[in-house]
Amino acid sequence: MLYNDTIAAVSTPYGSGGIGIVRISGDKAFEIAEKIFKGKRSVKEMKSHTINYGKIIDDLDGSVLDEVLLTKMEKPNTFTREDVVEINCHGGIIVLKKVLELVTRHGARLAGPGEFTKRAFLNGRIDLAQAEAVIDIINAKTALSSKAALAQLEGALSEKIKEIRDELVELVAHVESTLDFPEEDFDKITGESLYKGMEKAREELSGLLSKFDKGKVIMEGVNAVIIGRPNVGKSSLLNRLTGRNRAIVTDIPGTTRDTIEEYINMGGIPLNIIDTAGIRETSDLVEKIGAEKTMKAIESADLVIMMIDTGEGFTPADAAILQLIGEKKKIIMLNKIDLVEKQEDLKGANPNSRGLNGLRDSRLEGNELIDNKLSELIDGKIKGNGELKGMIQGAGIAVIKSSMKDGRGMEELEKEISRLFMEGEIEAGIEGIMTNVRHASLVEKALNSVNDAISAYHANITLDCIAIDIRNAVNYLGEITGENISDEILERIFSRFCIGK
Amino acid sequence: MDYIAGNYDVIVVGAGHAGCEAALASARLGCRTAIFVMNLDSIANMPCNPSVGGTGKGHLVREIDALGGEMGKVTDKSLIQLKVLNKAKGPAVYSLRAQVDRKKYHAIMKNTLEMQENLDIKQAEIVEIIVEGEGDKRHITAVKARTGAIYSCKAAVLATGTYLGGKVIIGDVSIESGPDGLFPAKMLAESLKKHGIELFRFKTGTPARINRRSIDFSKAVEQPGDDVITPFSFETGKIEIEQVPCWLIHTNEETHKVIRDNLHRSPLYSGAIEGIGTRYCPSIEDKIVKFADKPSHQVFIEPMGLNTQEMYLQGMSSSLPEDVQVQMIKTLPGLENVSIMRTGYAIEYYCVNPAQLDTSLELKNTGGLFCAGQINGSSGYEEAAAQGLIAGINAAHKVLGRPKLVLDRSQAYIGVLIDDLVTKGVREPYRIMTSRAEYRLLLRQDNADLRLTPIGYEIGLISKERYEKFLRKWEAINREIERLQKTTVPPGEKLSSLLEKKNSTPVKTGIKLAELLKRPEISYEDLAEVDSERPELDYQVREQVAIAIKYEGYIKRQMQQVEQFKKLENRKIPDDIDYEAIHGLRIEARQKLGKIRPLSVGQASRIAGVSPADIAVLMIYLEKYTGKK
Ligand SMILES: Nc1nc2c(ncn2[C@@H]2O[C@H](COP(=O)(O)OP(=O)(O)OP(=O)(O)O)[C@@H](O)[C@H]2O)c(=O)[nH]1
Ligand SMILES: [Mg+2]
Repeated sequence: MLYNDTIAAVSTPYGSGGIGIVRISGDKAFEIAEKIFKGKRSVKEMKSHTINYGKIIDDLDGSVLDEVLLTKMEKPNTFTREDVVEINCHGGIIVLKKVLELVTRHGARLAGPGEFTKRAFLNGRIDLAQAEAVIDIINAKTALSSKAALAQLEGALSEKIKEIRDELVELVAHVESTLDFPEEDFDKITGESLYKGMEKAREELSGLLSKFDKGKVIMEGVNAVIIGRPNVGKSSLLNRLTGRNRAIVTDIPGTTRDTIEEYINMGGIPLNIIDTAGIRETSDLVEKIGAEKTMKAIESADLVIMMIDTGEGFTPADAAILQLIGEKKKIIMLNKIDLVEKQEDLKGANPNSRGLNGLRDSRLEGNELIDNKLSELIDGKIKGNGELKGMIQGAGIAVIKSSMKDGRGMEELEKEISRLFMEGEIEAGIEGIMTNVRHASLVEKALNSVNDAISAYHANITLDCIAIDIRNAVNYLGEITGENISDEILERIFSRFCIGK
Repeated sequence: MDYIAGNYDVIVVGAGHAGCEAALASARLGCRTAIFVMNLDSIANMPCNPSVGGTGKGHLVREIDALGGEMGKVTDKSLIQLKVLNKAKGPAVYSLRAQVDRKKYHAIMKNTLEMQENLDIKQAEIVEIIVEGEGDKRHITAVKARTGAIYSCKAAVLATGTYLGGKVIIGDVSIESGPDGLFPAKMLAESLKKHGIELFRFKTGTPARINRRSIDFSKAVEQPGDDVITPFSFETGKIEIEQVPCWLIHTNEETHKVIRDNLHRSPLYSGAIEGIGTRYCPSIEDKIVKFADKPSHQVFIEPMGLNTQEMYLQGMSSSLPEDVQVQMIKTLPGLENVSIMRTGYAIEYYCVNPAQLDTSLELKNTGGLFCAGQINGSSGYEEAAAQGLIAGINAAHKVLGRPKLVLDRSQAYIGVLIDDLVTKGVREPYRIMTSRAEYRLLLRQDNADLRLTPIGYEIGLISKERYEKFLRKWEAINREIERLQKTTVPPGEKLSSLLEKKNSTPVKTGIKLAELLKRPEISYEDLAEVDSERPELDYQVREQVAIAIKYEGYIKRQMQQVEQFKKLENRKIPDDIDYEAIHGLRIEARQKLGKIRPLSVGQASRIAGVSPADIAVLMIYLEKYTGKK
């Protein structure tokens, strides 16, 4: 528990129009701000409680992350009674997250749930008469948020962390018994088994971290890519999503030649959405994709939205494209259903049909017709050869009927995305996300420690130091699982190794 | 008949390793001190192995010495073999281990006590403590001997080792006895209980001693000491003696069979022993049960001294019946015709629950009464001596009206040891280990003087002369580090050939000496070739310089961890805090905090059963509390 180091967090509920504040509190707040902020005045020169315009620069590549308003507040007249810096960002959640990362890289620690408030109390900022009540709140909060945090790290993930930690504890126990009982005869740890253990932990931790990145950690944003044959309406979807005519839409197949990338916020989920060039006929598909970019986009995507032109049915090209997506999370959109609707109208299959004006009245029946048509499509009776059904059945893949012309299907799309990535919890508060990021950051620290241990090993550094690194890794993971290392190691030492005079 | 026999500032009960350090410290700090022992011939006795040091333990001895204690000096004078353990595993875990001449150790320590100003040594059994006052005012005022002699005191240190309610068990035979056939302290235990001090029973054991002349050494592997002896005490110069070897043999299937066939006769498995033993010092029968698939265990044969043929069988601790022990030992290679001189035994004894102590080792419910050593649930001579020193200093400080001396976990193994005992309590006899120290790289045995000698000087246990010598060493270290950091070695023939010889990456430009030294493959001594202006320095100085530079990165990281640790450690909790009144603490936390009464938030956070949320609540309460004042 570190109560006096410098902490940072995003302090505005996310998803609120892209404006958010990164708040830093503690002894090093100014020092950190100084390193990342470029404005007319340096942070040092600013007066307390003034707002200053400038840019946040990523020192790694010199890139400008965002244009911001930075407020410097000297203690004790601040919320926490510590030095505080607030950075008002405008670039949306992804930028907020990057700024936060930058701040933590420069020495701030991600605040735990409610930690700013806690500090405010601890530093006597809040009326002491309220302390009794506050204790209750904090108590409840700590309990709730840690519960929530664990719940978020559901099942497999939290099991995995425990498992990795467990293996590391075992490794530490072996190292420690080797250090503490040199004269006993048991299998001392060898360089090889030490290295194996560390490598295993490294692999598992980086695997875990990538899950954090790509899984439910929505702070990271979801990389979504729209693919499909030419002219199916991909660019139209992008435009609908962004709410502006970002991509050129024509009825000429092959309009989009290069990938187009946009950031949007869909019901609280940051989407990094990519429109791609249409994928042509089956023959020599790979070459014709030409757009290696499309393939790359698919590779790095968390979500693939595949569009099919309902009017044309499920063609062999569609089947090939579907295969390309592989195991990725996906949503299939049967687009241009308005055309199918029309077809049915034109065919006169519906005697009640009275052209456009009559559409409203015939909706019910018309819908049934469309549904029939669609289920036929899905069943593979029309044009397709049953493949679509085979591919999507049982896989729980959502098939959404849509029309970019009138906007149908957009709501379902949004719902499905949130189901896939947040399990329906669109309303998750900032704390929930922070907790997740906190976990990710602890896993990252654990990984860094293991990497330190591995480089120490390669550099022939002695076992006593390597032990420090591995213990650090265990401690970081323990902060997630709430376990304490010291007694555990002794338990292991004595149960596994025959030690004693 | 009771009579007033004397009047002292500090009384020490027991003259084992804890008692001796306590009495010497107290007397040296100017307090009129008396030390009581069952038998003068058992002062500083080693009833178990005739050795001092080992991992963690060696660190403790160095720290005792750095503070002005005696154990290191007496060990240096009585050792007959020395090894530095863990030489390849890094400076944090280098550990000194000595075989000592047990009788010589006793004789030197006894004489040291006898020569000590302000110290009276008395053979007597203390049977009662006399306590006056109520509640917070309860205070020890005197102790009473079996003869009725009453000695008044302002403070006392209980260092009863394994004597308190001692019971020796060999198979189905159990004898009320202290170790080595000495009287147990039975009545004192009753007196402590009567005064509301919680006691519990621990157990430890020792192997048989055998006659050297009955051993066939051709079947054993010789275990010699190091070529050069590294002394324990920072004040000891070169030790040049002829070392005596130990011998290594192994148990075999036959040994294990004898044990297995007779397990039902072991008091451990029949339930005759109620005391809790320790896992790191198991009896041979324990090892065979717990690690059934291990075909053999090692046994070290260690000399008990120079003027005796007695040998100690390390690894064969046992409480099996005597006849089984004989049978079992005879299966060992080279011991077919063994002549056993002392039978192995288990010993059960009373401990004071150390959670009743504060970090100065004073009982929270009885002012002036300190406990040190095995009575606190620890095991080992070194652990005992370390506590004895601290209890002795604090008893004297109490009398002199000086503040308590408390070393924290970032300062010393002594701090780790005492904090563990009083904060976490004990479930089995406690042994120090380097893995218990979070800041192990800082708490090295080589720098114990840098860490603690200034404190020893301030207390008054380190002479001015020694302190000045220490300061000169310190200065020399810093000067040399600075020189290495500033001096650049120019590129050229000399440098290239050194790097090549050491298999080290070549350099094109000049390079700082410190940078070269950071390379694991290059030692300080290696640098001599390219370092023409090198001053003449003691080994101790060179060692410090090399470690400080080589491990700079890790040392810095540990220092940062210490900084964080200190912040919580410095958040003090007032003595009169009422945990019952703190709304929001969980019941378990409230009880534990109320019992342990930690001095700081940091200490509170280490108590098992106190969660981070409890700590947050406590901190908020403290804020409010100090706000009101
Ligand atoms: N009727 C109808 N027309 C649509 C629908 N969606 C898109 N279109 C039209 O279909 C044509 C192609 O749309 P785009 O969005 O450019 O299609 P694309 O998939 O991006 O095509 P490429 O970039 O060429 O691969 C345009 O004329 C759109 O107006 C729909 O749902 N219904
Ligand atoms: Mg397009």
